Amino acid sequence: MSDALLEVRDLVAGYREPVVGPLSFSVRAGEIVGLTGPNGAGKSTILRAIIGSVRVFSGSIVRRPGTRVMVQPQRPFRLPEMPITGHELLHLTHAKDRDAPAALQPLLDPRVDRLSGGQFQLLQVWAALGSPCDLVYLDEPTNNMDPGTVEVLGDLLLAWREERGVLVVTHEHEFLDRVATTIVEVGA
Amino acid sequence: MNVALVFDRLFLLPFLNGLALAVLLALLGCYIRLREEWLAALGLAQAAAAGVVLGGMFLEPVLLVALVAALLAAATKALVGRTGNDAYAVMILFGWSVALLAAANSVHGDDLSRALVQGQLYFTGVPHLEGLGVLLLLAVAILPWISRRLLLGRFFPDTFRANGLGTPHHDLVFDLLVAVTLAFAATAIGVFAAFALVFVPPWIAFRFAPGWKKTLVGSVAVAVACYMVAFAAAIALDQPFGPVLVAVLLVASLARLLRRHH
Repeated sequence: MSDALLEVRDLVAGYREPVVGPLSFSVRAGEIVGLTGPNGAGKSTILRAIIGSVRVFSGSIVRRPGTRVMVQPQRPFRLPEMPITGHELLHLTHAKDRDAPAALQPLLDPRVDRLSGGQFQLLQVWAALGSPCDLVYLDEPTNNMDPGTVEVLGDLLLAWREERGVLVVTHEHEFLDRVATTIVEVGA
Repeated sequence: MNVALVFDRLFLLPFLNGLALAVLLALLGCYIRLREEWLAALGLAQAAAAGVVLGGMFLEPVLLVALVAALLAAATKALVGRTGNDAYAVMILFGWSVALLAAANSVHGDDLSRALVQGQLYFTGVPHLEGLGVLLLLAVAILPWISRRLLLGRFFPDTFRANGLGTPHHDLVFDLLVAVTLAFAATAIGVFAAFALVFVPPWIAFRFAPGWKKTLVGSVAVAVACYMVAFAAAIALDQPFGPVLVAVLLVASLARLLRRHH
């Protein structure tokens, strides 16, 4: 095997029937790999196959032994009343709040149910990105974000990309053009 | 009204049993609420109640049968997975039906089912105290370990699976702890008082607490305060304990109106 943290080869995945593939790509430390394509192309299905929650019909998914993974979900969990602070959220993933970028500092003290959708999404991405893992999967991380917050997210990814490999699923081409080292078109 | 009775040594053991339950249920209730499974708590308590009445029919130790029933219900919940409230509603209806049918067809069934509605805290003794003591120690020992995992499982649900951990052990351990605690609670304070202690204190704490640790502390504080008021009121006014506790908790829940939800 190569030095890749994640190696996907000729992957065909789906549910009862195959819905996406074959697709091949790899993610190494320091790389930001973007999976993109139109709605319904199967981007999130590829990610779910890598996580192990949908059926793999053929091909292989190999994660380097010992690789620690964090997954930021497409639909963040937040109850209408959610008495957890930003600091506590970061502690869950062992992300260090002292390392959190300046844009995130005002988000750490309030309860997360007092944040906007975009702010909470940004905090979740940082909780994943700032954790001591080797590989981060981000599923539609720009959801709920205004252009300014997307800009901050891009800065975060670029500033921390040397630390780990990142696989980003998104339909936002402009965002990927800015941050990704490799772009993989799904359903092309 | 006989206030002096509240301080009678006769009630010391029941008081300690109820106090332990108030702490445990309010603490576990915060995680149950976080998991959006509070209806499951009622299902498990109702299953334990059915076990008590069945135990009465076959002259088994009722606490033991209640434990077995609650554990079976927890195993069923684990098997059906996170299918939402439908499965828990079926569990509640099944437990209720079995409990009342068993009561109608046994000698002591009516007494037992009435005790499960009203609560029979004043008749609990050393077996409950020993069991609840072990449960409290267990909870204190495992909550620091399990708390982070339960929270992580809610905010980053795919992370365990992505790291090759198919069925996280902490979910099972937590479900078992809840099932056993609810079995003790249903036999000591009644089904709805047990459910109220799981539901109301966290409901209040989730509105006011500025963070998670203070949510846990606040929930326990509300539960203990309401429990002490209800314990004294039920004895002094010669009322059944379960309904008094539920009434006190409901009055306390009016505090939620003091702060608007953002």
